[in-house]
Amino acid sequence: MTGRYRLDATDRRLIVATQNGLPLCARPYHALAETLDLPPEDVMARLRRMLKTGIIRRIGAVPNHYRLGIRANGMSVWDVADEAVAELGPRIGALDFVSHCYRRPRHLPVWPYNLFAMVHGRNRAEVEEKVAVIAQDLGPAVRAHDVLYSTRLLKKTGLRLVA
Amino acid sequence: MEPDQVKHHVLNDYQRDFPLESRPFARIADELGVREEDVLALLADLQAGGVVSRIGAVVRPNTVGASTLAAMAVPAERLEAVAALVSARPEVNHNYEREHTLNLWFVVAAADQAAVRATLDSIAAETGLPVIDLPLQTAYHIDLGFDLSCP
Repeated sequence: MTGRYRLDATDRRLIVATQNGLPLCARPYHALAETLDLPPEDVMARLRRMLKTGIIRRIGAVPNHYRLGIRANGMSVWDVADEAVAELGPRIGALDFVSHCYRRPRHLPVWPYNLFAMVHGRNRAEVEEKVAVIAQDLGPAVRAHDVLYSTRLLKKTGLRLVA
Repeated sequence: MEPDQVKHHVLNDYQRDFPLESRPFARIADELGVREEDVLALLADLQAGGVVSRIGAVVRPNTVGASTLAAMAVPAERLEAVAALVSARPEVNHNYEREHTLNLWFVVAAADQAAVRATLDSIAAETGLPVIDLPLQTAYHIDLGFDLSCP
């Protein structure tokens, strides 16, 4: 992250406008600019700036994993000693098969896990293999873990801001 | 280049670094040695077929507004109704059924933390079930897309 860049109202409008995707036309940024009543150069400059500062992680095609045959989606969750999680978290996040890796609070007694790593595969066996790699990497700092498979995707939309 | 190869490259190579210039699809077409209208038609097809959900921006969590991951333990006989109630909230953008006692997992995003909290409280009140709030504390991964060439 390169410093703190404060979003202004126009940046926010631009993010909201791109959430459902760029229009599929020859000049999509111009189309966006017209919708927002902004100069096209300004639209591109703002997107570039937000990419540079990490507010926008990426712009590109967002594939639907399920439709591409990547059907098993396992949320692996780990109870990692608090003093070890700051060091171990980045290592797990850097594994190429982990698509998201976050520290979250425990919610005892029902939820003892504080590290989440999302693992995708064509089937559960493939996910299990990857989870085993994570287990090995985390080593003795792990007290317990589980893998929660999704059985149904009930809703998925891009980020939407609700006032 | 064969059509399948073009499709693979369009899907795999442009999940990040999608061209930020006047005619991005023309740039992609140039790089792949096809025509701009071919790239547009391919993407329209992929989108219509649900293979690509969108060409768009992936925004870092909690930079615009606030969000959290929430979980609920819903009795099997109420799952359909509760899941529908949760999905109907405009603040909910992902909602998954998962195999666990905590069987409903969803992401709530709103303008600020108070609005996120209000949404969770309202779902709890409407269903009479506790909603566990598991907000992100640290992100250890930057989403750079997904390598489709992986075995």
